[in-house]
Amino acid sequence: MSAVEAGVAVLEARGLVKRYGNVTALDGADFDLRPREILALIGDNGAGKSTLIKALSGAIAPDGGQILLNGTQMHFRAPLDARRHGIETVYQDLALAPALDIAENVFLGRELRRRGILGIVLRMADRPRMLREAGTHIANLKIRIGSLTQAVETLSGGQRQGVAVARAAAFASRVVIMDEPTAALGVKESGQVLDLIREVREHGVPVVLISHNMPQVFEIADRIHIMRLGRRVATITPQSHTMSDAVALMTGATSFKSDN
Amino acid sequence: MARINRTRTEEGASSVLTRARAMSTLGPLLALILSSIFFSSRTDRFLTSDNLSLIVQQVAVVGIIAIGQTMVILTAGIDLSCGAVMAFGTIIMTRLAVTHGLNPFAAIALGLTVCTAFGVLNGLLVTGLRLPPFIVTLGTLNIAFALTHIVSNEETIANLPASLTFFGNTFQVSATSVTYGSVLALSLALVTWFVLTKTIGGRHIYATGNNPVAARLAGVRTRRVLISVYTSAGLLYGIAALVLIGRTGVGDPQAGQSDNLDSITAVVVGGTSLFGGRGGVVGTVIGTLIVGVFRNGLQLMGVAAIYQFLITGVLVIIAVAVDQLSRRRRE
Repeated sequence: MSAVEAGVAVLEARGLVKRYGNVTALDGADFDLRPREILALIGDNGAGKSTLIKALSGAIAPDGGQILLNGTQMHFRAPLDARRHGIETVYQDLALAPALDIAENVFLGRELRRRGILGIVLRMADRPRMLREAGTHIANLKIRIGSLTQAVETLSGGQRQGVAVARAAAFASRVVIMDEPTAALGVKESGQVLDLIREVREHGVPVVLISHNMPQVFEIADRIHIMRLGRRVATITPQSHTMSDAVALMTGATSFKSDN
Repeated sequence: MARINRTRTEEGASSVLTRARAMSTLGPLLALILSSIFFSSRTDRFLTSDNLSLIVQQVAVVGIIAIGQTMVILTAGIDLSCGAVMAFGTIIMTRLAVTHGLNPFAAIALGLTVCTAFGVLNGLLVTGLRLPPFIVTLGTLNIAFALTHIVSNEETIANLPASLTFFGNTFQVSATSVTYGSVLALSLALVTWFVLTKTIGGRHIYATGNNPVAARLAGVRTRRVLISVYTSAGLLYGIAALVLIGRTGVGDPQAGQSDNLDSITAVVVGGTSLFGGRGGVVGTVIGTLIVGVFRNGLQLMGVAAIYQFLITGVLVIIAVAVDQLSRRRRE
């Protein structure tokens, strides 16, 4: 066992089942995420990637199976439940309010209140503190943005994704989940977002990355979780397997039990 | 190292946008100043403190309604029921106090409650059944309109107790009479400005209007936001009813029939976007004053009243066109 494999899973799922009518989206899916790793989640359309992620982030409740966070069983009923336990999700393109500024977006839904009467009775927002802390989070990830009071709609696609990642990283104490964070971006901006993902890992938070982009997955992932027909068929590493191996596993052209 | 740089073109675009955002109140303010200058050059009677106080007095009622309308429009909604709800409020207050001899303060409290209840109803229908606000408030507009005429028996209610007409009373500021209704309208604008810009609830109103899905995913309780917005708007229509009673001295079942469109005009001319999430109550105060200044100025110049509608129509189209163009540039 290598050093990476030695640690206890931060986030784990055992035998997750989710059915939508006659369709079985998850058919006994297992999952494990280890400390300080980037785990890529790949699979063909309909393999159950999104359903698995939704179960892990609290957006849906599975019909069967267990989710464990640091070994403790969890029952997430809403995304807010998962977030309270330190699991943050970066959604593809829906996550920001374009007319609001960067600081407001970072703290959206979790605004800081003024201390004392103004905060308790009038629910006054503590704007100076939010600006300061948003600035710290943005700087931590080495994102370069002109001004925190700039509306998000004035930013480029990559910068917007940077704000979304900064928000997730700011509040994620345990896990960051990213759903196709580079899908809408150009090559250069995608590279910048990949750097951000590495930066999040450097800060000690493991990342689950859903992506269709094989070269990206092989560039950045520590391990690759491959799904097919609602189950995990293998967990490989970029060192142990090639891209064509991964595609073969995804499509069912080859099948083997992962030794990982 | 993650380095997300801005290209030169993006920088250009962003400064245009920053300017466009500042414009959303600067434009209307400029229009207000220019129209005031124009009317002062045309008639000596325009720029007198008495006339300026009169303008505020004339627009106080529609201004208070427009404050509620602003909150609703910021959530990307619209409230067509406002004028009818206000009219129903005036009838409840005056009829209870005059015909039923109820204590005037109890009558006022009941009138405010009824208007607020209409707001709650609007909010519940918009969030619960997910009906478009336009249709919901078109329905409640007709309900409130019918109830107004049923309860009032089509009669104007006069001989009101003094405490009902308090907001029509005036006080002197160095020889100029100012009504308490004008002061109340400006105070309400100030309170709403504070709530919208300084409180967490206010930021949630903008977020809900700007991107409801993102707001919900971020943990904003968007349904609760919408219900409280429509409810607050209902309460404001009730307060407008009280100010209207003070101004006219009667309970008039015919009141408020054009106030829904007038308030939307004031909000839109003030630079608030009909698509939600952009604008604010400062713009609405300016927009309300612009409409008031045009009506008053044209009247002083002796222009036939029908031209006031013509000018208002042109103003609305200009304002909506500016909104639409700046929206297109963003996308």
